[in-house]
Amino acid sequence: MSAAQPPVNHPEIRRLVPVLAPGHTYESVTEKISGVVLTRPLGLGWLAGFALAFSLLMMLTVAVAWLIAKGVGIWGINIPIGWGFAIVNFVWWIGIGHAGTLISAILFLLNQKWRTSINRFAEAMTLFAVACAGLFPLIHTGRPWMAYYMFPYPSTMGIWPQFRSPLIWDVFAVSTYGTVSLLFWFVGLIPDLATLRDRAPHQWQRMIFGALAMGWRGSARHWHRYQSAYMLLAGLATPLVLSVHTVVSFDFSVAIVPGWHTTIFPPYFVAGAIYSGFAMVLTIAIPLRAAYGLQDFITMRHLENMAKVMLATGLIVAYGYFFEWFLAGYSGNKFDMFLVQQRFHGPYSPYYFALILCNILTPQLLWIQKVRRNIPALFVMSLIINTGMWLERFVIVVISLTRDFMPSAWGRYSATVWDYATFVGTLGLFTTLLFLFARALPAIAMAEMRELVAHQTEEHE
Amino acid sequence: MDGMSKREFMDEHTHEHHDAHEHGHAHDNELRILSAATGAVASSDGASTPSSSTERTLDLAAVRTKLHAKTGKQYWRSLEELAEDPHFVELLQREFPRQAPSEWDEGVDRRDFLKLMAASLAFAGLSGCGIPPRENVVPYVKQPEGLVLGKPLFFATVMPFGADAIGVLVESHEGRPTKIEGNPDHPASLGGTNAFAQASILDLYDPDRAQITRNIGDIRSWSQFVDSAQAEAATIKSTNGANFRILTGTITSSLVLYQIQALLKLYPQAKWHQWEPAVSDGAREGAKQAFGRYLNTVYRVEKADVILSLDADFLASGPGNVRYMKDFYRRRKLSGPDGGMNRLYVVEPTPTVTGSTADHRLPLRASDVELFARALAAKLGLAGGATFPSAEKWLAAVAADLQKHRGASLVVAGEQQSAEVHALAHAINATLGNAGVTVFQTEPVEAQPVNHLQSITDLCADMDAGKVDTLLILGVNPIYTAPHDFDFVSKIKKVRNSVHVSSHFDETSAYTQWHVPESHYLETWGDARAFDGTLSVIQPLIAPLYASHSAREVLAAFSDKPGVSDYDALREKLKAANPGADFEKFWRETLNDGVVANSAFAPVADAAKFSLASLPPAKAIPAGELEFIFRPDPSIYDGRFANNGWLQELPKPLTKLVWDNAALVSAKTAEKLELNYTVASRGGEHGQVVSNVVDISLSDSKVTAAIWTLPGQADGVVVLPLGYGRSRAGYTGTNRGFNAYVVRTSQALFTAGGGTMKKTGADYPLACTQYHFNMEGRQILVSGTLHEYQQNPNFAHEHDEKPPYEDSLYKPQEFPYAGKPAWAMAIDLNSCNGCNACVVACQSENNIPVVGKDQVMRGREMHWIRIDRYYTNSLSATETGNKETGDPSQYNESLDNPETFFQPVPCQQCENAPCEQVCPVGATVHSSEGLNDMVYNRCIGTRYCSNNCPYKVRRFNFLRFQDWETPQLKLLRNPEVTVRSRGVMEKCTYCVQRISNVRIEADKQNRPIRDGEIVTACESACPAEAIVFGDQNDPTSRVAKLKAQQRNYTVLGELNARPRTTYLAAVRNPNPELEKA
Repeated sequence: MSAAQPPVNHPEIRRLVPVLAPGHTYESVTEKISGVVLTRPLGLGWLAGFALAFSLLMMLTVAVAWLIAKGVGIWGINIPIGWGFAIVNFVWWIGIGHAGTLISAILFLLNQKWRTSINRFAEAMTLFAVACAGLFPLIHTGRPWMAYYMFPYPSTMGIWPQFRSPLIWDVFAVSTYGTVSLLFWFVGLIPDLATLRDRAPHQWQRMIFGALAMGWRGSARHWHRYQSAYMLLAGLATPLVLSVHTVVSFDFSVAIVPGWHTTIFPPYFVAGAIYSGFAMVLTIAIPLRAAYGLQDFITMRHLENMAKVMLATGLIVAYGYFFEWFLAGYSGNKFDMFLVQQRFHGPYSPYYFALILCNILTPQLLWIQKVRRNIPALFVMSLIINTGMWLERFVIVVISLTRDFMPSAWGRYSATVWDYATFVGTLGLFTTLLFLFARALPAIAMAEMRELVAHQTEEHE
Repeated sequence: MDGMSKREFMDEHTHEHHDAHEHGHAHDNELRILSAATGAVASSDGASTPSSSTERTLDLAAVRTKLHAKTGKQYWRSLEELAEDPHFVELLQREFPRQAPSEWDEGVDRRDFLKLMAASLAFAGLSGCGIPPRENVVPYVKQPEGLVLGKPLFFATVMPFGADAIGVLVESHEGRPTKIEGNPDHPASLGGTNAFAQASILDLYDPDRAQITRNIGDIRSWSQFVDSAQAEAATIKSTNGANFRILTGTITSSLVLYQIQALLKLYPQAKWHQWEPAVSDGAREGAKQAFGRYLNTVYRVEKADVILSLDADFLASGPGNVRYMKDFYRRRKLSGPDGGMNRLYVVEPTPTVTGSTADHRLPLRASDVELFARALAAKLGLAGGATFPSAEKWLAAVAADLQKHRGASLVVAGEQQSAEVHALAHAINATLGNAGVTVFQTEPVEAQPVNHLQSITDLCADMDAGKVDTLLILGVNPIYTAPHDFDFVSKIKKVRNSVHVSSHFDETSAYTQWHVPESHYLETWGDARAFDGTLSVIQPLIAPLYASHSAREVLAAFSDKPGVSDYDALREKLKAANPGADFEKFWRETLNDGVVANSAFAPVADAAKFSLASLPPAKAIPAGELEFIFRPDPSIYDGRFANNGWLQELPKPLTKLVWDNAALVSAKTAEKLELNYTVASRGGEHGQVVSNVVDISLSDSKVTAAIWTLPGQADGVVVLPLGYGRSRAGYTGTNRGFNAYVVRTSQALFTAGGGTMKKTGADYPLACTQYHFNMEGRQILVSGTLHEYQQNPNFAHEHDEKPPYEDSLYKPQEFPYAGKPAWAMAIDLNSCNGCNACVVACQSENNIPVVGKDQVMRGREMHWIRIDRYYTNSLSATETGNKETGDPSQYNESLDNPETFFQPVPCQQCENAPCEQVCPVGATVHSSEGLNDMVYNRCIGTRYCSNNCPYKVRRFNFLRFQDWETPQLKLLRNPEVTVRSRGVMEKCTYCVQRISNVRIEADKQNRPIRDGEIVTACESACPAEAIVFGDQNDPTSRVAKLKAQQRNYTVLGELNARPRTTYLAAVRNPNPELEKA
């Protein structure tokens, strides 16, 4: 990797803001990043934020406990709308996870150096988002304690899962994704854990970091093996970026429900996932760099690059929407045509118009460089896109189910307080984990940043 | 405490007693203990021991005496309970609120305390029930040498209902009746049933039934009651019964009649009154006008080619409705385009199932029906020159059609219509030569026909005048149902000793001295006559679950021969009626068949001696005025079924409302009064509609009701369905909907004018299972006219987009159903009128839970078979329209009188089932016979199958909907069907348990299953024979023949799910004369 052509030399990139502010040495990079974990006192802001996040997490535990005690009937789902917030949230969280893997693995393989300072927390975000996502398919079942039926375990009754069901594909896709993401993240952390072990002021910290560092001594052989392993894992993770959301989209496109049954879903879902994932990375990166003074590492160039990715994927998503309309008309299928019409005129049309506003119209502002470089604007836009992507899943999952084939069975959906508590609760779970992560582990990959220092130094010499 | 003050205590609404109830407890309790201590039963005449106002201390002597006075095993938790210390009972109630569910928020007053005490003693006393005397019942058809465990037995009996009795076969599992089926040998059933009969089994197990005899709330044993009655009888005898009155509903039982007559003989001045709230005196008085005496009218619907109904819902309501439905629809079965059909015209103010399926329907105000009838009579050459200008063309066409079919036509007058309409119908039938052919008269089926309104008016007058000392109220609930101007409450307070016999401790029970729980018809011996006079024996399936008794036993208690059992009395009565014959043989045959052979009344030859000139001038309600009409509710009738959860949750055929009634208005009337409703976001079209609330001022009284717009209703008519707003129905039925009896007076029992309806500004959420009524141009319910069918026999497939059978990843040859039965169902939409019998039958057969109004409003009702109701504007199948949304306000114009169609939708049992492919755990799988099976144990509840089901027939246990605690309901369940827990999906199985039973029998006999041997619950219940089940691989089966018809089509066939349930397009037979218009 280090042998590769330093990308900063590329004239196209040189005119941009650097990926690392000038003047940093190995020492300053390490000091700054590890300091957050090791020496920085617990600030009031962190405590307040953590307390809020944790109380939301507690709300989640209450909501889930009540759910298990009473049944999924505490939610707003019904017949015909068998899936509600739970599946919307599942798809939304899974989508958010995608940017982490994309940044870490694909940009790594493509040798995009600018990813370095954001990949660590993007990966963490992936893991936490997958944790949130994984919760929903489990608890949304009527009998979660029987959910192990979904795994092909050696049952004495000789019964296997039903492999034609996309939900089984989901089980494999999501669990594989979670596993590979965890490994990738952990392997990337090893050199940094060793750094923390060596710099930790307290014995208990040294013991914990030491155990996690798995005996890393920084020898050339270690580096060699580390880099091969990292490369291999990146190679493994890359197809997963495409496969997971493709499989998630099969949950819908394999079904015959109008509004679900369409072949454009796989690419459209993947693009949407990356779109929302980058929005979420921005949502996290902007406050994080401000809070911990990491402006030197997460620079304007990162933010702008992410904005460009959002713009690109947003256009793919818009193309997807357009093709839904087009195909409904082109196919002549009366159910599909009715559904598209319902999106514009039906009882849920405000959601659809909000979705178009959030996901198609708002990101067009990113064509303007001034907007791309305006941090508050980016932050607000990332929130809008996150909302828009949630609405998109709501439109797909819920609205399609409200009016399908039999007019006599049409219904409506409205979430209950428990739906909201569970959703907001997973936001609590996500942010709680992020808060812990920001304090307990280096949010930026120190080893990779040091490599960046090396490149920059070379460049200056 | 004198008698008056005792009575006042019963009035819980009396304000002073709320202030005084703290004292009341101690004081009253003391009284009871004292009276027990002196050995005196708290006597009904109110002559009581003067009470000393001692401190509330535990009186051990009293406890001992009390123990001595009670019968049965005693269990008590403490001496305080035994002494019935009110504080202890109050504590008990606080701690175990389940024992007093409805009292929870009312505070504890004396009445609650009494009730609670009654409950605890009832539990203590239950164990004391002895072995009932030996009374043999004879099983129907199957007569095993001994009971085979797990094999149900069937017993024939009849369900008495007003002036009718429906013959039923009751399935009994190890002594527990679990399911009602029709009795094919009974003339009122011919194998079919209706929703009431199906649901009556739940009434048997209703945990809210009254369980023990009470005297002003005090527990009494039956023998104490009989002793008191005997003492009373002596008093009655002394005055020759001058102050003795009996009030019943319509009685068809010869046994009860015999007992009442015995009493009337014993006490010659006693009087018997009758009050049936939902049926008018029109039929009786009309017969009197036409024939000079009360006669019973029986129709031969099967012989009529043209039928005109004058506001008669004869297919779903009134005597013989099940039979008439059979006969009517047998004349509408088409085997091909060359088949013929009868034709039905209906004139009615509000859509009924009869009207909705008519070939021509004319919405008219109820008071205009008589004018219409007069004009028709004039047109048919009877005297008079009346015309009916607003529907002259319609009238002329009907008259011509009737004329054309002289001797093969029929005019039916409605149960709620006036005597004049009935008399006119008799006259018209006579002039058309129908009398004796399609309609004939018999001696009355009612034990003693009287004018009910006159009867209850007389009773009230006597009560008011203080002439009534002893009043027996048998099985009716006059405080709830009597006309409000009679103020029955104030009248009954003047009666010294009143006895109420009813299944529940209801509104009336709260005001009577004695309450005796009435046995269910499945618990007692008795007899009843059907609409045509056929006599049947009611044989019990189970010993009374509680200390309940029959009305006859109560009557007997006041006679000189108390204590004769129903069984003995019945046998004696039948023996007397059938002397000479081998009685034991006769008895066994009667029980076995469920009918007394040849007991139907012979037609009487009385000709209608009726002149139009004698008719009084018609009473019309001015055109500008709102007309309020009172009708029995299609689900809970006059309120007697209010505590029946199955019926409460049964979507009413046209409104699809559950758990509530609503004031029904036409779209135009609603618009005029600016009444509206909104579809709520929770549940929406399939659950919750928030409706405007109106204040109805009518006949010096007021009621507040939610409104509902009903397409096809006559403008300016407000329907107030009876039966709701009960204050003491039980846990299920109390305080549902509004009480229409509150605004009903004796002057306007069924049709009232002069009222107003005003919007209050408030809203009320109604639970509606199907709000949307437009097919959105989809091939869902196909209909056409007979003419169209003859022109184009393939009309049902005009818009088919059926993909080739091979269009599937799964090759047909991979799943051959050859050599095996391929179970399938064909539903003839031509025969379905949405009567709901199948829905309740399915619920009963398959242990389907009731979920309650709140859950229905969330779109979570559990019925495995639903009946979809659609309106179309044109008879043509090709012009169903394609409106953007289902908002009825958008096409009010066409909703004045739309075509209405019903479509029962059970699981379609797709061969290429979308649900099966998406289940992750294989919980829904295909059987080798083509059934789409549900494996409850395997289901983890992802609900993916339901999402992917295009017919939305799957039902999910979102919460634990089943009641696992109530012991009575455990007895009710069908042991052959799993009781589902929460978190699993369920759906129609084609009654797989019935298939398996028959398959096992056939395998044992080494023969194939015969066609018609397997009958699903819905098929068996359907009085119109619209549902046919069988093996479609067998070309000779009924189902295969139906499916071979060109009318047969697949709903949503373009999805290639290949459902096994298919439909036969509905065909209407309109009069070409009217079609041209």
